Amino acid sequence: MAGTAVRGRLTWQTATVGAVMDETPAVRTLSLEVPDWAGHRAGQHLDIRLTADDGYRAERSYSIASAPGEPVAITVERLDDGEVSPYLTQELRAGDEIEIRGPIGGYFVWEPPGTDGAAPLLLLAGGSGVVPLRAMLRYRSRVGSSVPARLLYSARSWAEVIYRGELARLGDGVQVIYTLTRQQPPGWTGYARRADPEMIAEVAWPVTQAPLAYVCGPTNFVEAVAADLVALGYPPQRVKTERFGATGTP
Amino acid sequence: MAALEDGVLDGNAIGGLLLELFGTEMTTAVGTCAGCGTVAQVAEMAVYQPKLGTVVRCRSCDNVLMVFVEVRGVTCVDLRGLAQLA
Repeated sequence: MAGTAVRGRLTWQTATVGAVMDETPAVRTLSLEVPDWAGHRAGQHLDIRLTADDGYRAERSYSIASAPGEPVAITVERLDDGEVSPYLTQELRAGDEIEIRGPIGGYFVWEPPGTDGAAPLLLLAGGSGVVPLRAMLRYRSRVGSSVPARLLYSARSWAEVIYRGELARLGDGVQVIYTLTRQQPPGWTGYARRADPEMIAEVAWPVTQAPLAYVCGPTNFVEAVAADLVALGYPPQRVKTERFGATGTP
Repeated sequence: MAALEDGVLDGNAIGGLLLELFGTEMTTAVGTCAGCGTVAQVAEMAVYQPKLGTVVRCRSCDNVLMVFVEVRGVTCVDLRGLAQLA
């Protein structure tokens, strides 16, 4: 094989942690300075690799939280029994270095119209599945897209909602609908149950508008919501899915 | 098509592994199951990651499509469950 075939290959590189911001008590956004970043698309992810002193390695994937054109950022939820997330959310400081590989993925990405007409955007998030969808919404604002967008965000409680302030300020053509599955603040008038077919039917754009749906969250959330959308008549190829496993589940 | 259980991932999760192995974005590559003929993008396939490595299965018939195991820094790739990957 010619050396040139290998040169362009994606491989591990060193990123430096920049600003660190707490989103909720268990969730932190890390901005990363990556010297050779190729630029990313909305919805892509990157891999992080940690190496212990004894050589033991752990790898995890994290969705990129920032829009294309913005500095790379990831939002990490701490899993108390996790190998990687406690380190990322509690130990890492600005100026620290970590190994990353990315950007990754071409399936769960959103491009503003031009490539896809004026298809309304339906975003469905379970827990920290909101992260790549937030990148899409930021990108939509950044490029001045007028595509109508609707986000259904399922979280256990209001305290666990990530990007609360930002989502409240989206305005212009973006609607954010919450369902709080375990605990609701006093006077809560929104949904207060797990996403179900009735809820999905209420929030989904009519099929006749040829919407494009992105569903991201724990596997059981994604399986249920994607099935509900297909039952409503959404063509499976218009329902993009990304599942978080036990290692990344909210 | 049975619903996947919690903890089972999809092909998005192995985009980095595949990019390193194949040298190109593979989550949008289309694979044909050698067992039942189902055609799907890699991102749509079911991914299991036990400690030993990565197993990719067909969503329709559960046939094992791809297996990746790293042994002393070398990744072994078994694609026998795919009739085609393009």
